[in-house]
Amino acid sequence: MSLLFKSREAILALAILVLLAVVAARFPAFVTPGNLANVLTDTSPLIILALGQMAVILTKCIDLSMAANLALCGMVAGLMNIAGVPLPLILLAVLVLGAALGAVNGALVWGLRIPSIVVTLGTMTIYRGVIFLLTDGKWINAHQMSAGFKAFPRTFLLGLPVMTWIMIAVVLAFWLLVSRTPLGRAFFAVGGNAHAAVYTGISVGRTQFAAFVLSGALSGFTGYLWVARYAVAYVDIAGGFELDVVAACVIGGIAIAGGAGSVAGAVMGALFLGIVKNALPVVGISPFWQMAISGSAILIAIAFNARGQGPKGRIILKSAEHRQVEAGA
Amino acid sequence: MQAQPVSGTAPVLSLRGISKSFPGVRALGGVELDLYPGQVTALIGENGAGKSTIVKILTGIYQPDEGTITVDGRETRFSTAQAAGAAGVTAIHQETVLFDELTVAENIFIGHAPRTRIGLIDTRAMEREARRLLSSIGAALDPQSRLRDLGIASKHLVAIARALSIDARVVIMDEPTAALSHKEIHELYELVEKLKEQGKAILFISHKFDEIFRIADRWIVFRDGQFVGEGTMAEVTEGRLVQLMVGREVDQIYPKRPAQIGKPVLTVAGYSHPTEFDDIGFTLHEGEILGFYGLVGAGRSEVMQALFGITRPSKGACRINGTVRALRSTAEAVEAGIVYVPEDRGRQGAVKGLPIFQNVTLPSLAKTSRMGFLQLAEEFRLAREFTQRLDLRAASLDQDVGLLSGGNQQKVVIAKWLATQPRVIILDEPTKGIDIGSKAAVHDFMSELAGQGLAVIMVSSEIPEVLGMSDRVIVMREGRIVAEFAGAQMTPENLVRAAAGIEGEAA
Amino acid sequence: MTTPVAGRRVPDRLISPARRALFSWETLLFVIAVAVFLANTIASPYFLDPWNLSDASFNFTEKALIAFAMALLIIAGEIDLSVASIIALASTVMGAAMTAGFPTPVLVMLGIGTGLLCGAFNGLLVARFGLPSIVVTIGTMSLFRGISYIVLGDGAYTGYPDDFAFFGQGYVWWVITFELALFVVFAVVFGLLLHATSFGRTVYAIGNNATAARFSGIREGRVRFVLFLLTGVMSGIAAVCLTSRLGSTRPSIATGFELEVVTMVVLGGVSILGGSGSIPGVVIAALVMGLVTFGLGLLNVPGIVMSIIIGALLIGVIALPRLWSMVKR
Repeated sequence: MSLLFKSREAILALAILVLLAVVAARFPAFVTPGNLANVLTDTSPLIILALGQMAVILTKCIDLSMAANLALCGMVAGLMNIAGVPLPLILLAVLVLGAALGAVNGALVWGLRIPSIVVTLGTMTIYRGVIFLLTDGKWINAHQMSAGFKAFPRTFLLGLPVMTWIMIAVVLAFWLLVSRTPLGRAFFAVGGNAHAAVYTGISVGRTQFAAFVLSGALSGFTGYLWVARYAVAYVDIAGGFELDVVAACVIGGIAIAGGAGSVAGAVMGALFLGIVKNALPVVGISPFWQMAISGSAILIAIAFNARGQGPKGRIILKSAEHRQVEAGA
Repeated sequence: MQAQPVSGTAPVLSLRGISKSFPGVRALGGVELDLYPGQVTALIGENGAGKSTIVKILTGIYQPDEGTITVDGRETRFSTAQAAGAAGVTAIHQETVLFDELTVAENIFIGHAPRTRIGLIDTRAMEREARRLLSSIGAALDPQSRLRDLGIASKHLVAIARALSIDARVVIMDEPTAALSHKEIHELYELVEKLKEQGKAILFISHKFDEIFRIADRWIVFRDGQFVGEGTMAEVTEGRLVQLMVGREVDQIYPKRPAQIGKPVLTVAGYSHPTEFDDIGFTLHEGEILGFYGLVGAGRSEVMQALFGITRPSKGACRINGTVRALRSTAEAVEAGIVYVPEDRGRQGAVKGLPIFQNVTLPSLAKTSRMGFLQLAEEFRLAREFTQRLDLRAASLDQDVGLLSGGNQQKVVIAKWLATQPRVIILDEPTKGIDIGSKAAVHDFMSELAGQGLAVIMVSSEIPEVLGMSDRVIVMREGRIVAEFAGAQMTPENLVRAAAGIEGEAA
Repeated sequence: MTTPVAGRRVPDRLISPARRALFSWETLLFVIAVAVFLANTIASPYFLDPWNLSDASFNFTEKALIAFAMALLIIAGEIDLSVASIIALASTVMGAAMTAGFPTPVLVMLGIGTGLLCGAFNGLLVARFGLPSIVVTIGTMSLFRGISYIVLGDGAYTGYPDDFAFFGQGYVWWVITFELALFVVFAVVFGLLLHATSFGRTVYAIGNNATAARFSGIREGRVRFVLFLLTGVMSGIAAVCLTSRLGSTRPSIATGFELEVVTMVVLGGVSILGGSGSIPGVVIAALVMGLVTFGLGLLNVPGIVMSIIIGALLIGVIALPRLWSMVKR
């Protein structure tokens, strides 16, 4: 039983269940499969971006430019759509563009060793500004977008919209990457013990670069999903979203110091925030409570994470070491 | 002395004439080493004898200034850590250099994991191979368990399994039993036997003579960075080894001036900590130099840091100049007149990035400032006075302290504390890794301080230093005080025996 | 009494402080400031008008007030991303008090007091409980502004008393606005605090090596707590100025300020990793950012494009020295 309480993910899952129970008590219709599927769909962009941020945070960096990346690629997708470019090409383009924007971050971090918080602070404003330059501040509205462009994420397939399937596919692929590929394991190694990583032949800088390219690609692709689903594209879309993404990771137990965290945690952290956002109007709490609630959730999650990390004193007394080994076994 | 070849087999790895110097210190001077397949060679020497330097050279972290490394008769260079690994050299350190968040199997295979056809890690093959390697060394570990859930003994086993997975031919074990229980130590002995059967050459570094005599086939002694002897275990006695280790006449470099030992200044009773030390009690007098000897990891620094307010003891009390005080922070300790010169100079002693004079005045800012405002003239005056007393070698007091040699950084740290006019000064391995000239200066200074009525505690792992400078010596082992020696009882044999826990008569 | 060992006399300084100052980041920044000034003078005839310059000072004064405190915090190795949200909360408190009829002096005290309390909250979590400041302040960032949203929703407080407007809109003498006067006063105060007091010295020590600082008898927990109090208080003061200038309070007030403040600090030569930086640098950086935004504003460049230039300036100013040292090798 104590083992269950040790698992961060278990506690988070419990918290989500409790949250759903509380909401269901007031509004039973919230927990119907149909509605839950809606919540899942609505939270899909956050989940996808949280995974990208997770890769970056694992390597001891942070990416504050994800929302700007998303917005820029979304706008480009819209512009391409107006120009008549076929959808598959648009999808490819946002993926590549997002990856390129992420590569800029990665290159500055790897090549010039500039701290990632400074780099992404800069690129965040640059990318958003570029949107303005591209469109002169004009919006792309629903009627300007082709039907196919808008319909794709919303098309139902086996009971769920395509966007949700895409999110599921991304989660699975990411999980595979992070647990079954050398690069994925390198994310953990670099963040956990950069010193040792060098001795095993892993390049810290290159791994961080890869993480940024990944988060950029995911941001770019989600840019299309966002713009298509909400059927609008303008400079300020997803404004401040990067902080929701970091919040999802923190709540999901991704250690800000790097090297630790799980896909399940990131997904659940995002789900937690998504459920809160969708449940508030339904339960009768004004949506204006959302920010304060997610802020409190972050603080509680941090306090929780910190407790798990115990004191790091040396164990010199043999009696003490045996006590510890028994407790941990 | 020349290294004698073992009849028959050729060494896997040979070092000849290896020298390595750092600014101000000659860590190694022309040492030699031979490692034979299927044999355990024990490397013996005090702290500062050059053991860790030679390990770093063997694992490719340092490059030797002079000398040759020969593997299987062919001369090679270990230009990087990876190159050393590729040549088949691995090391298992006291603290493992692996990844807590990865599984046992992943730690064994990181960097060279088996892949499936589509490029993913073949987890099943990896775990199967891991299981095989672990059982070949008798380790009952689950390849899927996370490294952070394992104890230090198990982490060592994983490191050894990793060594086997890259087909290491030379396994260096650096104080591997430091944190192991008796049962685990015996399991380690069995493991070493298995490695020997597999033809690995093992370099075993340890202070513990019972272990050395149990599993080593050959021995090599380093002293002050020099090779002083080697041979087979069968032909040597413990006494001879200790003699070679300690060597020189004790009174030469350690001029202890006789001092008036006055009234008690500090009394500690029943000091205990849940994991670091237990029931520590002693009395310190004015004008006294009290030596604290023990093996690395015995808990001496931990006791001193508790006295200095860095950590809190769970039990016990200390009395300073008659008043019982609880020292909850370093600021309180300094106020009470206790200061601590740490062992880890770089991380705990000097603030690199700040100039020398700012380092010296850091605890004394209240004295040198007026109403909170810095008075640079006062600071320079204070810094000048105390750095001059210690004969600091630096380009200017405005220089970044990080640019100084180890010995001079140490002088800055000591100067910093002397400037606070303390009553008790605790020096933790004060001359570790610094050159002879600075060493002598520090010792001379310690005597002078004692002569002026200061009470000095000196934590040291160098027997000549402890014996030469102390009025009394307390020996700690595994977090407890096991012996106290004074006068004629202060001999190298007594210290080493008490520290290592060897039973037997005192010499 | 033994005579002191006659050691060699080590000189106090080899390089005079003046010469050291000449080859510093601040000098480079000053040159850039002069360049921008000249460029602006050439680009627009309206630039050199004292009244225009004075009006434009609002571009940077409020942020600079916070940047001074933020600089100390970052030098000590921490960060506070919640400053803009503290402004929002302080402004909301002032608005509520104003609606309840309290006079201006009370409003000011409440505003600053709210800032102090928020800073204390941050300080408690970071200094006392040892939680990482970046995620704590991302959490409080949401929490503080979230409380403003709960109180105000999408409404606003308007109708501040006339004498309240003085702080943000009033002039002290000729063209010197109250905010500009505050800027100068606090530049001096923080400059003295950081460079001339023992407190400032401990800030540098903690930022360079917190462990060694603690081992030197410095109460680093206390120092950190005070630093968070300072950023809180300065945010409170900035809230008074900003609310007074805008004449209203909305929960979205000062959105994005925190990142501009951090940009100002980093541009000013403060290393994001801690341990180095100066107040004169931050002062010049504030002027540079103010000059750039004002100059571009005169050329009718939209705000968002200005952000591109600021973002590029941030990255460029940090990247260039590193590129230079790499090329030299």
